[in-house]
Amino acid sequence: MNLLLFQPMALIASWYLFAEEPAKGLSFNPAVLVASLYVFALAAFLGYQVISRVPPLLHTPLMSATNAISGISLIGSLVIAGSRYEHHQKLASALGCLAVTSAMINVTGGFLITDRMLKMFRKKEAVKAEEKK
Amino acid sequence: MIFGQYFLEATYLIASCLFVMGLKSLSHPDTARRGMIMAAAGMAAALFGTLFHPDIHNYIWIIVGLVVGSAIGIPMAMVPMTAMPQRTALSHAFGALAASMVGLAEYVIHGGSLGPIKMGALGLEVMLGSLTVTGSLIAAGKLQEVIRGTPIMFKGQHFVNLGLFLGMITCFVLWMINPAAGVYFYTLVGLAFLFGVMLVIPIGSADMPVVMSLLNSYAGLSSAATGFVLGNNVLIIAGTLDGFSGFILSILMCRAMNRSITNVLFGGFGSVVATDTAVAGSMREVTLDDVAVQLAYANQVVFVPGYGMATAQAQHACRELGDLLEERGVSVKYGIHPVAGRMPGHMNVLLAEANVPYSSLYEMEQINPELATTDVAVVIGANDVVNPDARDNPKSPIAGMPIIEVDRAKSVVVLKRGKGKGFSGLENPLFFKPVTGMLYGDAKSSLTNLTQAVQKV
Repeated sequence: MNLLLFQPMALIASWYLFAEEPAKGLSFNPAVLVASLYVFALAAFLGYQVISRVPPLLHTPLMSATNAISGISLIGSLVIAGSRYEHHQKLASALGCLAVTSAMINVTGGFLITDRMLKMFRKKEAVKAEEKK
Repeated sequence: MIFGQYFLEATYLIASCLFVMGLKSLSHPDTARRGMIMAAAGMAAALFGTLFHPDIHNYIWIIVGLVVGSAIGIPMAMVPMTAMPQRTALSHAFGALAASMVGLAEYVIHGGSLGPIKMGALGLEVMLGSLTVTGSLIAAGKLQEVIRGTPIMFKGQHFVNLGLFLGMITCFVLWMINPAAGVYFYTLVGLAFLFGVMLVIPIGSADMPVVMSLLNSYAGLSSAATGFVLGNNVLIIAGTLDGFSGFILSILMCRAMNRSITNVLFGGFGSVVATDTAVAGSMREVTLDDVAVQLAYANQVVFVPGYGMATAQAQHACRELGDLLEERGVSVKYGIHPVAGRMPGHMNVLLAEANVPYSSLYEMEQINPELATTDVAVVIGANDVVNPDARDNPKSPIAGMPIIEVDRAKSVVVLKRGKGKGFSGLENPLFFKPVTGMLYGDAKSSLTNLTQAVQKV
């Protein structure tokens, strides 16, 4: 249960970030950067722990799963596509729309094909049972 | 913080936890499916929460993007399993495109007012993202065979690449010094697009498992950098998980070929045809009926598939033969080399698609000790991963690469399209060994004919 060890730390680190004034703080804020680096480092450890346990059998689903998950950049794209700006409104919306589209391709396509693949990995008994039907 | 903000961050926190749990569930095929449904639920939560983001005023572009994205994404999930490598390469391109578009938009909106740290992250994001976009597109083109699969090399290639790389660094530094100067930034983006192309064209198709993993890692890291720019934790977490997964996979793939990443990226492997490896002896051709008798009366048969099985779409025919042999009491196993095929785990997915239960799929380390007691090893369209030169000949270009030692089996049958050399251009001494019989022809029809022949025995 290494996961549990990591979580309190991640929670503390994320609290720093959430406590900041959102969005408007464009100026440099060291606390945010430090918290972000914590999150990055902890996620890296966690990733190493979790992913090194995935057997080679499931390496293709792993790749498509992580691909789908990294489609989370969708949330950044959504805000850009839907916000109002003083300058360059059209360009920003167009770039945002393109980003939403490509992220959404990965999210829908990625999760669907991962599920389709994982459905195929079955035990011997399950395969036999289906053939009898 | 207002209530809406708490709600938003709560959905992100939930999403982060669900992603980690989803990936953890991939450690076993029985739990994997449920875990991925959890991860998808996490994604849905984050998406739903973001729709209530206080900055969003206009939903038109969002809806257009979501609808078009789904309209492309859903058909992309329906491709046949043999096309998985191309499809995955394409999705790396889309992931990276999303990240670099977010970066571009951030720069367009905020100009030079982001502060040095965010600017650095933004530059990294756009640079990694852009080179991954074109690199993945080239990789997909090679896998789909739109582009020649062999390494494309020219004189002074390394200097051109080095020049491009230094150019990117220079633009990056100049831009950091003078953030308002868009010209450096846009030159950086252009150079990164070009660099992605140059990075992948000299790499041969057989090295694609490494390239795919590496591009996966870049796409993830560029998402993580997006998280730094936007100050968003769930992006950092998901991007880092993706980046690390690709990183670990590329290390595993390199280890399975006994080569370094530098050698894969810059070696141009497979472009030089080795001519000096003259092998004594001749190849022995066997007939279908001989093989059928051998298989039918064997105690244990091990199938070793390679990329040739994917191109011939022979996985179903293979499974039918395996089933028939099992009915006759033969123990049937499948030995899978980590770099067999064009992406990590490629062969496993193909065989699983053909209804081979995962308990019959063995990793290289598991199957090697069993080969000495195996009566017949059937090699289906694999070459380098069973080449005994890797073990015996220290001068071989693939020396030291771990192989599936089929030559230790009592008898070896190689299903091969023709007498030509494999992708790497290396002579394979396995084909000349006395225990080896060659069965020429399309793997799929050979296997189907074998099944019929075994039925008659």
